[in-house]
Amino acid sequence: MGLEYYLALSAIFFGIGLYGALTRRNAVAVLLSIEIMLNGATLNLVSFSRFTPAKSTGQVFTLFIMAVAAAEVAVGLALVFALYRAAKTVDVDEIDMLRG
Amino acid sequence: MTYAWLIPALPAASFIILLFLGKRFGKWSHFVSVGAILSAFAISSFILYQVIGGRGSEVLIPWLSIGELDLNVGILIDRLTAVMLMVVTSVASLVQIYSVGYMKEDRRYHWYFACLSLFTAAMLMLVLSANYVQMYASWELVGLCSYLLIGFWFEKKAAADAAKKAFVTTRIGDVGFLLGLVVLYYAVGNLDVGSVLAARLAPAVATAASLLLFLGAMGKSAQFPLHVWLPDAMEGPTPVSALIHAATMVAAGVYLVARSYPIFAASGVAMDVVAGIGAVTALMAATIALVQRDIKRILAYSTISQLGLMMIGLGVGAYSAAVFHLTTHAFFKALLFLGAGSVIHSAHTQDIFEMGGLAKKMKGTAFTFAVGGLALAGFPGLSGFWSKEGILTAAFVKGAYPVFAAALLTSLLTAFYVGRLYFVVFTGSMRKNMQAKVHESPLAMVAPLAVLAFPAGLVGLIGSPLFGNAFQGFLRLGESGEHVNLMVMGLSIAVALAGLGFAWIKYSTGLLPSGLIKTSNPFFLLLKNKYYLDEIYTRGLVAPVVGGSRALFSFDSGVVDGAVNGTAWLTSKAGDLVRRAQRGQIQDYGLVMVLGIIVLIFWMLTFARL
Repeated sequence: MGLEYYLALSAIFFGIGLYGALTRRNAVAVLLSIEIMLNGATLNLVSFSRFTPAKSTGQVFTLFIMAVAAAEVAVGLALVFALYRAAKTVDVDEIDMLRG
Repeated sequence: MTYAWLIPALPAASFIILLFLGKRFGKWSHFVSVGAILSAFAISSFILYQVIGGRGSEVLIPWLSIGELDLNVGILIDRLTAVMLMVVTSVASLVQIYSVGYMKEDRRYHWYFACLSLFTAAMLMLVLSANYVQMYASWELVGLCSYLLIGFWFEKKAAADAAKKAFVTTRIGDVGFLLGLVVLYYAVGNLDVGSVLAARLAPAVATAASLLLFLGAMGKSAQFPLHVWLPDAMEGPTPVSALIHAATMVAAGVYLVARSYPIFAASGVAMDVVAGIGAVTALMAATIALVQRDIKRILAYSTISQLGLMMIGLGVGAYSAAVFHLTTHAFFKALLFLGAGSVIHSAHTQDIFEMGGLAKKMKGTAFTFAVGGLALAGFPGLSGFWSKEGILTAAFVKGAYPVFAAALLTSLLTAFYVGRLYFVVFTGSMRKNMQAKVHESPLAMVAPLAVLAFPAGLVGLIGSPLFGNAFQGFLRLGESGEHVNLMVMGLSIAVALAGLGFAWIKYSTGLLPSGLIKTSNPFFLLLKNKYYLDEIYTRGLVAPVVGGSRALFSFDSGVVDGAVNGTAWLTSKAGDLVRRAQRGQIQDYGLVMVLGIIVLIFWMLTFARL
């Protein structure tokens, strides 16, 4: 199996995640979609790491991303909670307090 | 004589003290200002004594130097200054003492005395100035103080208006003064009084400079056609009127011409203009005074008329006679105004036909008023007679017959309206409602009247042929000695007696029927309405200026403001348009971002050929 297949899968993950992040109205679903995008990105890094001789940089990056993603999910969910308490909704269309 | 700087400095210090501590002094404020002015008077007397002894002085200190321009300030003391100092300080002292009684009840008592002090200080600075710029600054300060004092009771609209009118009208003249200084500066190279007067100016330059300076003098000294502010200035407190009319404000114009006399004398045209304007003013004001009913307005027009006479004197070359008339006039006009103040204080009206028979209740005021009135009318032997005599003689000898005739006619009219004023106010029967309230004024008011009565009646003797025209000899500036002209003197006596006599017949004896002149007589109406000059100015000058201002205002609010507001409107509308994009929804932003990235990627793949 060549690099292309891994990259294609990685791109598909990323695309699915991006689509979800842009279209889902539930804040939790948006968070999930972002995780999928992150997975796509990590898969991409690992693949390059695997097919590039004697380079483990991609794997180290992936470990970092997983740690950051865990932290991000914790903070993200906490934000969603806070948002729900404040606005009584997790529908991102309803939440437009930044609107000028 | 370096201590002369104290003369203006003392009243100025009094102003500053009263400005900051006046509220604390309250009813004792007058001690500060009266003390200051009396000290200034004492110093002035000493200076006069020294100047008579033949000493003068000129002190100049550099003030500022900008490029080519060097300005000095300093103190110039010569005979003219010494005389003016005496007039100003003595009249101002008496006016201030008198004000203690007259203004007793006023709320802004300390502020009144502060203004009087500043007024006096400015005038003293003016006569002591050794540089024209310094003189101009004092000149403006005098104008400012007159504004403050005429509008002293600014709660009254008439007073506030009169103050504005005085300020604006005199400013018109001030522009002339300023331009005159510019002309002199270019011609002479500096503006020190000494060097300007010593310079030999080309006739054209002398004419231009002196006419411009005269414009300033016309404003301050209320010469036709800039005289309109002076009658309205009667809205101020009466002692202020006395001060303005006698010693400070109006004397400034005559002083300016007298001080700059060599410039005027170098231009025949300027001299003729001065004499001509003086004659027109004297005659016009005297005729208006004939029909006025307000005691202060009659005196105001009389002042204008007498100032016109002084200008005639200067114009026909009788420099010393004009200054002499200024001096005697200062005393008797101050006396008359203070007397009028005493009458108003007690009768609470200014309409002379509501008064009558006041002499019985107010003996002191009536007597001193009579002295002042006779002096003004030119009654033989009193001050006004001798000084007016000098001017008439000079006009006659010079052959300026139209001017001479105008002056003589003015004298006749003056005698008549003075007689009318005195007989209507002080003789005859008293109105019923006056009986109870009329009383003699307090001592602080009557004492200055009594003190003033002496110089008002007698100061003229110094300049009379009886004393060898000592006053004129003291001041003489390029004129030949006085010659008594018996014909002029006879005419002068005749018109004075005729005027007074006719007034006595008309207003005291009742020999003439009262309806002799109909009040609908067009000439009477013309005079009563002061030749409609105020109306002409309103329609011809004020209305166009106001109309023009309105037009400019609408241009400003329409076009200029419109441009500014339009820019703001455009920005705000553009903002509205762009704001649509800012919906506050992160997903939208994300979508746009992604689309952007896709476009970028396409662009890179297609064109950049990575």
